[in-house]
Amino acid sequence: MIARWLRLHLENLVGALGRIGNSALGAVLNVLVVAIALALPASMRVLIANADGMAPAFENAADFTVYLKLDVDEDRGRDLGAAIEAREDVESTRFVSNIEGLAELRARAGFGGALDALTENPLPHVIKVRPAADAIGAIAALADELQALEETELVQLDRLWVERLEAILGLGGRIVDIVTVLLGAAVILVIGNTIRLEINNRRTEIEVLKLVGATDGFIRRPFLYMGLCLGALGALAAAALLAAGLLLLARPVGSLAALYAADFSLSGLTLEGHAVLVGGGSLLGWAGAWIATARRLRAIEPA
Amino acid sequence: MIRFENVQKRYPGGREALAGVSFRLERGEMAFLTGPSGAGKSTLLKLVALIERPTRGTVLVNQQNTSRIGRRRVPYFRQRIGVVFQDHKLLYDRTVFDNVALPLVIAGMRPRETGRRVRAALDQVGLLDRESHRPITLSTGEQQRVGIARAVAGRPEVVIADEPTGNLDPGLSFEIMRLFERFNEVGVTLLIATHDLDLIGPLGHRRIELAGGRLTADSGG
Repeated sequence: MIARWLRLHLENLVGALGRIGNSALGAVLNVLVVAIALALPASMRVLIANADGMAPAFENAADFTVYLKLDVDEDRGRDLGAAIEAREDVESTRFVSNIEGLAELRARAGFGGALDALTENPLPHVIKVRPAADAIGAIAALADELQALEETELVQLDRLWVERLEAILGLGGRIVDIVTVLLGAAVILVIGNTIRLEINNRRTEIEVLKLVGATDGFIRRPFLYMGLCLGALGALAAAALLAAGLLLLARPVGSLAALYAADFSLSGLTLEGHAVLVGGGSLLGWAGAWIATARRLRAIEPA
Repeated sequence: MIRFENVQKRYPGGREALAGVSFRLERGEMAFLTGPSGAGKSTLLKLVALIERPTRGTVLVNQQNTSRIGRRRVPYFRQRIGVVFQDHKLLYDRTVFDNVALPLVIAGMRPRETGRRVRAALDQVGLLDRESHRPITLSTGEQQRVGIARAVAGRPEVVIADEPTGNLDPGLSFEIMRLFERFNEVGVTLLIATHDLDLIGPLGHRRIELAGGRLTADSGG
C-alpha cells in the first residue's frame, strides 16, 4: 500500500518535472519570476543578518566612561579600575587621571588659554570601560551597576550609536517581513496562474481522465506537483542569484572593511537558510497550485 | 444489469431528450440502441455513465441506483464500466500502451499486472504490435480499437459505446461489431448506440429503438 502510494507520487513528481522541461521557455521564465520574487526578501534578510553581525565589529561604540566623584583620589581610582576590569562582562578598562585628562583636553582644541586661568584641576578621574564582546546586549545592566558604586559620579554611555543601528535593523527586519509576505503572495499568484493555464491546456485530457474514472485527487496531483516543482526550482534559482550577488559584493565590502580596519566579510545564506528558502518556495508553489485547482478541476466535467 | 424506469431527461433550456423511457438489459446481453439523430441515444448512454443525471425516474446499473451515487463516488462507479466514444477520446501525447493502461493506473493496479492486462486487451483488438506507437500515427479504425481496448482493459461487466463506428467505412465497422460480439461471448453486457441499421441488421441482436425521446420499438427484453 505504501509502496503503491510512493510510486504514484514519484511518478507524479517525475511527470511534473518532465512537463516543466518540455515547456522550456515558458517554464524558464516562470521559474525566473519566482526566483526573483524569492531572491529579493532572501537577500534583504542576508544583508540584515550581515549588518547584525557587523555591530560587534564596531565594538568600541559600546564603550562607556565612568566619571568618579571629585573626592576620590588617584590610587582609589586605579584600584577601582582594576576591580572593574576583573569582572567577567568587562574586557578592559583604562584609568585616566585628572592630570592626563587635563592634558588631553589642552591638546585637543583651543582651550589652552582658558585652562591656564584655572587655579586647580577641575576634572575628576575617569575610568574608560570596554565591555566584553559577548556582553554587548547587557551593557545597560553593567552601566547601572557601575552607576551604583559609591565612587561614581556619572556613567556616560557611548552606545547611542549602537542603539540607533539596532533600531534601524529592527525597522529593516520589519520591512523585510512585509516584503516577504507580499512577494510570497506574488509567488502564489504567479504559480497559480501558470497552473490555471496548464489546466486550460489540458482540458481535454482532464475530461478523458474523468470519463475513465479518475478521482479528483488523481487529476489534481500532477498539478500540485507541478506547482511544487516550479516553487522549488524558483527557490534554487533564487539561491543561485543570491550567491552571485554576494560574490559581486564581496570585493567592495572587503575594501570598505579594510578602510575601517574592521575584520568583516559578507556571509551568505546558511544551510538552514537554504533549507527554509527551498522549503518555503516549494510550499508556496504547492499552495498556488492548490488554490488554482480547487474549483477549476471540479468545474471541468465531460459532456 | 442496466434498468431504466420511466426515465425523463430535460436539459437546462427546456429541451426534453428523454420522455419517460423504461427497459431492462440483462446480465450478459448485447443490445443496439438505434434511432435517428436527436432521438436521445447519447443522452441515454450518458445517464448510464453518470455523465448526466436523470430529471425524473430511476437508472439502475448493476443493481445500483445511480441517483444515490454522490459526486465523490462517481469516479469509482465509472471505473467499473467501460465506455467507447465515437471520437475515441484518446490522449494523443501518450503511447497506445499508456492510453489503454489509463483506467488501470487510475484504479491503482500494480505495474506488472497492468502490463499484463494492457497487452491482453491490445491482443484482443489486434494491436499488440502497436503498443509503443502514438495514437495519431494510427488509422481511425485502429484508434477506435485502442479506445475499445481501453474500455475493456479493466474487465468491466458493462460496456457502453456511443456510435463506435460513426467514422468508419462499412468493412471496418463490421470488424468493430464482431469485436464487441467476442466480448459479449465472454459475458460482458453491451449497449451500443448506432444509427447504422444496415450494419447491425445481419448481426441479429436485440434492438432498442428511440425516437423523439421515447421508446418506439424493442425487439427483446
